[in-house]
Amino acid sequence: MVNLGDYKGQTPTWCMGCGNFGILSAFKNAMVDLGIEPHQFTIVSGIGQAGKFPHYLKCNTFNGLHGRTLPVATGIRLANHEMLVIAVAGDGDCYGEGGNHLIHAIRRNINVKLFVHNNQIYGLTKGQASPTSMEGMRTKNQPFGVFSEQLNPIALAIALDCSFVARSFAGDMEHLKGIIKEAINHKGFSLVDILQPCVTFNKINTYEWYRKRVYHIEPEYNSSDKSEAFKKAAEWSDKIPIGIIYKNNRQILEERISAIKDTTLVRQVPELSKLQSTIKGFY
Amino acid sequence: MDYSIKIGGEAGQGIQTIGDTLAKVFSRYGFHVFTHQDYESRIRGGHNFYQIRFSDAPVMSSRDKTDILIVFDADSLKFHEPEVSEDGHIIYDSAILKQKYSKQKFLDIPFVDLAVQNSKNKIMANTVAIGAVLGMFRLDLGILFELLKETFSKKGEDIVKGNVASAKAGYDFAKNNCSRCNFFIKKTNNKPFILVNGIEAIALGAISSGCKFYSAYPMTPSTGIMNYIADKEAEYNIIVEQAEDEISAINMALGASFAGVRSMTGTSGGGFALMIEGLALAGMTETPVVIALGQRPGPATGFPTRTEQAELQFVLNAAHGEFPRIIFAPGTPEQAFYLTNKAFDISDKYQIPAFILFDQYIADCEWTFKEFDLKRIKYNDYRLRADAFKSLKEYKRHAFTDSGISPFGVPGDAKHLVVTDSDEHDEEGHIVEDAETRIKMIHKRLFKKVPLIKNEIEPPLFYGNPEPEIVLVGWGSTYGIIMESVDRISKNKKIAMLHFSEIYPFPSIEKFDYLKILNNAKISICIENNATGQFAKLVRTETGFDFKNRINKFDGRPFTLDGLVSDINKKVVNTNG
Ligand SMILES: Cc1ncc(C[n+]2csc(CCOP(=O)(O)OP(=O)(O)O)c2C)c(N)n1
Ligand code: SF4
Repeated sequence: MVNLGDYKGQTPTWCMGCGNFGILSAFKNAMVDLGIEPHQFTIVSGIGQAGKFPHYLKCNTFNGLHGRTLPVATGIRLANHEMLVIAVAGDGDCYGEGGNHLIHAIRRNINVKLFVHNNQIYGLTKGQASPTSMEGMRTKNQPFGVFSEQLNPIALAIALDCSFVARSFAGDMEHLKGIIKEAINHKGFSLVDILQPCVTFNKINTYEWYRKRVYHIEPEYNSSDKSEAFKKAAEWSDKIPIGIIYKNNRQILEERISAIKDTTLVRQVPELSKLQSTIKGFY
Repeated sequence: MDYSIKIGGEAGQGIQTIGDTLAKVFSRYGFHVFTHQDYESRIRGGHNFYQIRFSDAPVMSSRDKTDILIVFDADSLKFHEPEVSEDGHIIYDSAILKQKYSKQKFLDIPFVDLAVQNSKNKIMANTVAIGAVLGMFRLDLGILFELLKETFSKKGEDIVKGNVASAKAGYDFAKNNCSRCNFFIKKTNNKPFILVNGIEAIALGAISSGCKFYSAYPMTPSTGIMNYIADKEAEYNIIVEQAEDEISAINMALGASFAGVRSMTGTSGGGFALMIEGLALAGMTETPVVIALGQRPGPATGFPTRTEQAELQFVLNAAHGEFPRIIFAPGTPEQAFYLTNKAFDISDKYQIPAFILFDQYIADCEWTFKEFDLKRIKYNDYRLRADAFKSLKEYKRHAFTDSGISPFGVPGDAKHLVVTDSDEHDEEGHIVEDAETRIKMIHKRLFKKVPLIKNEIEPPLFYGNPEPEIVLVGWGSTYGIIMESVDRISKNKKIAMLHFSEIYPFPSIEKFDYLKILNNAKISICIENNATGQFAKLVRTETGFDFKNRINKFDGRPFTLDGLVSDINKKVVNTNG
């Protein structure tokens, strides 16, 4: 049986009190609960504080480029669709630099689990606005405050008919652990937007700020109702819902590809015996 | 015998179908065939042509002179009439051109009427034209009939019959009405040849190398590779994923490669510009990937459907940081096939990116060859999988080794973890910041591997007079034209060619001292399809040899044999006097 010790990785270099610690801990606990061993999954991450996540764990890891997490995750998953593939990204990484890839990963519905550490700021590059920074937030780069509309990743994902859309909060470990498990168990592309306080650069969206606002979505909420989901997605004021906001059963990409209907690509030995007849086609 | 046929018309008139079919008929006859196409970046209209040369001796370039010109629009006549040889022919349908020509060279063949009479379908006018060409040469129709059956049997008996009748009608008409036709056809005893273009050869090379994953975003002239592999997807169980952009394409390919399968991407310069960060990622994470890079004229979007060899310096220098890469530039489709295989092998063996640097010209040109020899295909699985991986006591993805090559395990196949990082990392693959590890990693990734990779590189091909006074140097797609130029000029000059197809790491002189040949020659000319002499620069950087003579063509069109021979002669005369 796996235990938490099996997941002990490098010592994190995150700031004391950073929301990333909560996510790390919730994630390890979720994996132990699910009985998944470190070698049974791969985490793909990009660049940013969130991108360092897999180094503070034990697992197969491809820590690639800023914003390019999802294409790499897609490649890994298509080559080996029996492998659990998790993508970890920051809000800048995933909604800024990698926005195009997010749209298309959702469209493909590749069975990859995306966990976005959404601290509404760029951490690693020291405090510039991110696509999810609230309008008016002042930073060194935005001395007059952020002018652009705050990106709503939940609404975006629902609009694209993302298979699983949830939000959780790094300060609510039990909730987060539960959502991570649900996301992993769901079949289809799963986006979990995790509210993550950055204690160093984001002085607005603090633990306290979130704690005052977040509430657990009511048990009777119907997450397969798209118009209800849009309503929930729009809530971002005194009350911010956390939980599963939208879910559907779209067929996953992997199941549509004939090349891997019998076995994964990695298990296949190249079939070179047919080549002679292929070459005959050139006469 | 050595004949050229040119078909000119607008996009959408079926120029390519006529050309492809004729080329196949000739190659099945056992003739050597070379075809080349010229088209505009549009789907309908504009001016396109397709040129076929066939002979009883090997041919590998297009001539300027045409023996039969088939015209489907007035522009084709305007552009190509001057190219028709003294006793050549222009065939056309006055109903299509809405014009009659009285000059001797012209032969009015009612392509459309004959098609309608014989098949009730004016689309088959193209088949009438094909039949007419064979009629002019008095080559019998058996092979064409076979081909029509193979091509159209899916569409039903009526379509096959209509095509056969149309071909026959065109054949008879031309045979009976071409009073000036007196072609001399020398029958060959050759077996039929295969007819392959550069794109197909690269795609076939990839499939033969066990490529399992191809991701790309369409861009001429590389799109054909994706099309070809997609067509074989089901048969060979390959995944072809059309990515949302080139950035994604290369990152997906790297993901699939990391997971344990051979993978590839393809693009042209503009798309490659987007891939470059991913290229550096391959360098840092030591993830094998093959990149087919089809050059076309730039900068920016340039001439989308035309040809140029102007991305060599770009590929050599693309990406931040320092890491090894290999670059192959095949000169023929046959080389493209074997070099693609070699690219996969070296890329996987040394865990580095490998390029097939081609161009629009070699992409589209079809050549005849003896059947490719599958015994020459190398396939070694360099990955640590299953039991071999499980049985290791300890595993580190980026372990320091004598060869610089670390064991590359397939994630999930053992309890060992496979970890890699775009940041500098330790042997396990985890982020580090210390100077000492950095130095050791650079030794491992770069200095240790490069000499081993260099050893795998074959010297340039030497062709012609063993003690040449004139040496023509080329790389990539200019192979055929330079070789034929040597043949022409060798009648009265001591001339030879050095052709480079394995261009980076630059071949050493240990296996073959090509520098001696260059230094001993009176005149050496570097011939390139670009403006600035990019290969000449590479030669100077790598060997110190400085070309005093260069022939550069940068109008977006390939060299032609007659054009190049005349350019070379001018250089030789100027240099002598
Ligand atoms: C192509 C590229 N552009 C910019 C950077 C610099 N960079 C590193 S992390 C980062 C933003 C980090 O913000 P976020 O993704 O929100 O992650 P966080 O650090 O907040 O977890 C940037 C811009 C980079 N590494 N690569
Ligand atoms: S800068 Fe912010 S996000 Fe980064 S480690 Fe510190 S608190 Fe966490």
